[in-house]
Amino acid sequence: MLSTLFAVANWVSPAVDYHAIAPEIIVAVGICVVLLADLFIADRSKWLLSTVAGFTLLGAFIPVLTLALSDVGPRSLFDGRYVIDDFSIVMKGLFLLSAYVIVLLSTTHIEEGDYYQGEYWVLMLSSILGMLMMTSSRDLVSIFVALEFLSIPAYMLAAWRKRDAKSNEAGVKYFLLGVFASAVMLYGMSLLYGVANSTLLSDLAAEISGELTAIRVLAVVFVVVGFAFKVSAVPFHTWAPDTYEGAPTPVTAFLSVASKAAGFVALVTVLYVAVPGASDVWQPLIWVLAALTMTVGNVMALRQTNIVRMLAYSSIAQGGFILMPLAVAAEGNSSAAVLRSVVTYLIVYAATNLGMFGIILAVSRKTRSGEVASFGGLFSYAPGIGALATIFLASLAGIPPLGGWIGKFSAFQAVLEAGTTWGYVLAVIGAVNSVIAFGYYGNVMREMWMRPVPNGDTSPIATPAPLKLALGITGIATLALGILPGVALHFGDIAVFTSAFGG
Amino acid sequence: MDILRDHNWVLSVGTFLPLAGVLVMLFIPKAEEQLQKAVALITALATLGVGVYTLTLFNYDRAGEMQFVAQTNWISVIKSTYYIGIDGISLPLYILSMVITVLVMIYSWDHIPSPGNPKAFLMLMLVLQTGMAGTFISQDLILFFVFFELVLLPMYFMIGVWGGENRQYASLKFFLYTMFGSALMLVAFLALFFKTGAESFAIPYLVEHGGAIAKNTQVWIFAGMFIGFAVKVPMFPFHTWLPDAHTQAPTQGSVILAAVLLKLGTYGFIRIAIPMLPHAAREWAPYIGLLAVIGIIYGALGCLAQTDMKRLIAFSSVAHMGFVMLGISTLTSFGMNAAVFGMVAHGLITGMLFFVAGSVKERYHTLEIARLGGMLKQVPHLGWILGFCVMASLGLPGLAGFWGEFPAILSAYSPLHGLSEGTFRVFMVIAAMGTVLAAAYLLWLFQRTAFGEPKPEFGGPSSDSHGQHDHASHDDAHHSDIHDVTVYEWVAWTPLLIGIVVFGVMPNLLFKLIDPAVAAIVSHIGG
Repeated sequence: MLSTLFAVANWVSPAVDYHAIAPEIIVAVGICVVLLADLFIADRSKWLLSTVAGFTLLGAFIPVLTLALSDVGPRSLFDGRYVIDDFSIVMKGLFLLSAYVIVLLSTTHIEEGDYYQGEYWVLMLSSILGMLMMTSSRDLVSIFVALEFLSIPAYMLAAWRKRDAKSNEAGVKYFLLGVFASAVMLYGMSLLYGVANSTLLSDLAAEISGELTAIRVLAVVFVVVGFAFKVSAVPFHTWAPDTYEGAPTPVTAFLSVASKAAGFVALVTVLYVAVPGASDVWQPLIWVLAALTMTVGNVMALRQTNIVRMLAYSSIAQGGFILMPLAVAAEGNSSAAVLRSVVTYLIVYAATNLGMFGIILAVSRKTRSGEVASFGGLFSYAPGIGALATIFLASLAGIPPLGGWIGKFSAFQAVLEAGTTWGYVLAVIGAVNSVIAFGYYGNVMREMWMRPVPNGDTSPIATPAPLKLALGITGIATLALGILPGVALHFGDIAVFTSAFGG
Repeated sequence: MDILRDHNWVLSVGTFLPLAGVLVMLFIPKAEEQLQKAVALITALATLGVGVYTLTLFNYDRAGEMQFVAQTNWISVIKSTYYIGIDGISLPLYILSMVITVLVMIYSWDHIPSPGNPKAFLMLMLVLQTGMAGTFISQDLILFFVFFELVLLPMYFMIGVWGGENRQYASLKFFLYTMFGSALMLVAFLALFFKTGAESFAIPYLVEHGGAIAKNTQVWIFAGMFIGFAVKVPMFPFHTWLPDAHTQAPTQGSVILAAVLLKLGTYGFIRIAIPMLPHAAREWAPYIGLLAVIGIIYGALGCLAQTDMKRLIAFSSVAHMGFVMLGISTLTSFGMNAAVFGMVAHGLITGMLFFVAGSVKERYHTLEIARLGGMLKQVPHLGWILGFCVMASLGLPGLAGFWGEFPAILSAYSPLHGLSEGTFRVFMVIAAMGTVLAAAYLLWLFQRTAFGEPKPEFGGPSSDSHGQHDHASHDDAHHSDIHDVTVYEWVAWTPLLIGIVVFGVMPNLLFKLIDPAVAAIVSHIGG
């Protein structure tokens, strides 16, 4: 007992590179500010909170920029358990910017409801903080903490409209399945720890290689399955449509973009840093998951009449495309191309999908409906929104020269670079799926361009300023990424992890 | 300075100028319809002006080489560059796309199809023009793919919004077919890229190194490209989108589709699939030839069964593109010359036929052949123009159609060394029978619509105006639309009519341009 106390007394704080964790610190401060301010400001001034949240995110983006521009190589903190390298900087930038767009999307929606505004922003910022931590975590424990940090506020956000049964259903479903996934993953992690006697990812890599014993295989499978829940891969996707439909629309945008991206970040980190040696186990597993996810997501999306539900299935299918290259990550020299493809896809998908949710928010302000049919004749009375929606949908469908195509293209490229038969088969499955996908994206376009306006109501759509700004940002990003795809691909060109596969 | 790189800005300007017009139109209010039309037309004319300037700069003595070559970084990470150039094969098609766009714009001046909105309609057309021109000048597979896909959405909306009754079905079918093809094509492009050492997407590079790929692999990669291009051509059995798309599309859409878009597929075969994968091309050639002649006969029989004029012309496209593909499948310089000529000729003639069909529809409010008749009496100019196009389409010597069709048939007599002569001679005989069928259905069409007396419902002689006072007002409404060719139509059509005669009388104008470029491509197969 005494010795423990002595040990504590001798504890010296590790050297902390405050520049490296400045984004996290700024967001943490922002959370406290919003939380405290919420207590003291009057209801009619609550709009200030969204401004604070937005500026917090932009403020946190500044150190991300300075980190990106600094010449210091990867910064490693806490014995290599928290690393700020190119990958984490790019992903942090992506999370902060998409979160900013989500703040813009939410602002009016949140102010117009009579629910708790302060809590909304606190929860959202907390979840973002979890995502920022996720990008840098290189230790099983910090990965798990970050994952819970980003998930738990998200559960609450999904159920944010607490007097709405559907929103409650969304929250509960998301919570129960999310917790179940965490449990499965945690079990896998405990096995990994048992095998390697360390939670540091780089230590695991040394232990999980060569001839794998059953327990190692089991550990890897459990961890991958846990993440499969998070990224809503089929057959672990069942929570997604209900949650997406029931949650408030801005929250759905948040879940389908940021939260999903965080799941992929964690998955990529674990696969590339911790268990590259077990690629014989996870490659086939991800192959099957990717093929199923693309196909089932697309086929189910074809049947949807509610646009949010359709986008939910579409985002499942898009997740399949992001998973696709990971199925060949360890083949030949493909690991760099695979990482590039995942990052690129996440960037263009974020821009496009957020834009599409912005469109849904704008249109539903007028129509008060989530049905695809409510988009009827949109182009005839709101050509601007109609044209933007067309751009987003075409980008999601992967039609050049819009952002989405470079995501799809880099995914195909990565899969084919592996040069294996399985890679080719998966690419063909992906190609067929990208055609199926047009069936439902095209259906919405058809509603907008070719169908009559429901009830002949051609009153214009009043788009509030923040929503306009969000649509502008995402629209320009979607176009620019498609015409100058080098930009997105450049961000994806990260060499940090790929050495793990030994070339 | 390298003569082939001189003035290399002309191609970029010619390709992207329409987009500048689109930008200007964005800021003009929708209600200013005349201004919109004027801006669109001026843009198209300016683009054509750049095209004509390109023609004057083009070095005709070196038509076999890429000229106005420009290459700059674009997506360096995946080794794709902005690489453009033009040779004797691309040039006629590139100019054709510009001419057609201008003519269609002129035609649109007083023919904006329902439901109106010329702003969106003309903007889409300009985007389409960029896509078409860009496809013909791309020297990089990724760039080619982007332009190839760029034409999809505008066409989809053109058919789907401004089309006929079944427009939604037709537009979706068009889109899904084409997209299915291009998705597999993209996979094939990537496979080719990696099999040649993942060095470059530049077409010349891939042409040089593609031949070294193992034959079996080539055959598979070719299969992917084949589906992509064959859907676009369209070849039997991938043609089923075409009659629907053509029938439902507005006149302008049909014209562009027939005159230019279909050529993207055949152009892809000549420029990409065959020179890059010569071994696979030899393996595939008999099958391509077979599908081509099936297309010829099937298209012709399909025509004979049609009751709708536009649908008939659409099926005739299937047959004509069959001749083009037959020429390509011989893999000889002779056959490919015929094919490229056939592409241009078909563009002029079938484009013209669709113009006529559109105008007939506008006047008679129907394209049902059985209800039409006596056009020569009622609208003599329109009737004779139809007659002229019919003659050109069935391959009358002295008009452009002949030089696409006849040499294509002839080329099948002696295909590339190594291909089965017997098989191709059978194809030749069948294709020749196809021309007889073509004469049959085209003349039959002309006879039924143009000869005889106008039908009573359109004011023919048997309608007794004394006894039908009740219906007088209704009939008047019907007849008042029936008038002869208008000024806008004359302006839009004359260049095509002149082109059909000029290229018919002096085919060498075109052959001289095509031949060296084709020879350069064939040299990769023969080796």
